[in-house]
Amino acid sequence: MGLQAYLTLAAVVFGIGLFGVVTRRNTISILLGIELMLNSVNINLVAFSRFSGDVTGMIFTVFTICITVVEAALGLSIVILLFRVRRTVTADHLDLLKG
Amino acid sequence: MTGEVLAFWVLAILLVGSALMVVLTKNLFHAVLWLALALTGTAGVFLLLEAEFLAAVQLLLYAGGIVTIVVFAIVVTEKLVGERLSQVSRRITGGAVVSAALVWLIVSSIMERPLAITRAPMSGDLTQIIGETVLTRFALPFELLAVLMLAGLMSAIYFARPED
Repeated sequence: MGLQAYLTLAAVVFGIGLFGVVTRRNTISILLGIELMLNSVNINLVAFSRFSGDVTGMIFTVFTICITVVEAALGLSIVILLFRVRRTVTADHLDLLKG
Repeated sequence: MTGEVLAFWVLAILLVGSALMVVLTKNLFHAVLWLALALTGTAGVFLLLEAEFLAAVQLLLYAGGIVTIVVFAIVVTEKLVGERLSQVSRRITGGAVVSAALVWLIVSSIMERPLAITRAPMSGDLTQIIGETVLTRFALPFELLAVLMLAGLMSAIYFARPED
């Protein structure tokens, strides 16, 4: 399989993740969509790295994975904090900053 | 049909199918389990690209770590609300149009370019090369990453502090 197949697969998964982010109402589900999108970017990085024979892309993937884990932990702790304050995790109800 | 092509298609169907289930299933807990399957499929794609170390990291951090954290968050928030973990989506048509347009844009620009068909040769053990490069050429970003993880850890503890 050439590089195109892997890039197309990653693009499709990215689109599905974007669909989840746009349509979901629950904050945790939105985070799941973001995870899917970040995941597809990792596929892109590894595919480019393998096909060009340069290890840099794989090291970027290691960094991306670590940053994603930090992002997930922080996002979910914010969700838990919001739940404590507002008693809801539905994104539509979290309008504290609305003017 | 060679083994690599067959493995790619199996993994692609598994990945796309489980990703679709993540965004379409009604039950939030089931969505997390489908996400775990999608992340495991991604680890399979990494194995197909001969990145064994990244596949292991993917399984440990993503499929192990993130899924556990999300399940904890669901238990803490949804159970107390008592909505039986069900959820509804909104603006499905608009979301589908936006995502399809984006995927079409990316795929059409991928198809236009002449991209590599065969893999460049990589000599030696990839895991060893990654380890050596992280500690030589990418030593500073690596240390910054450690600082970032410490900051993330501390702010998560700050957010989760008991109410006073």
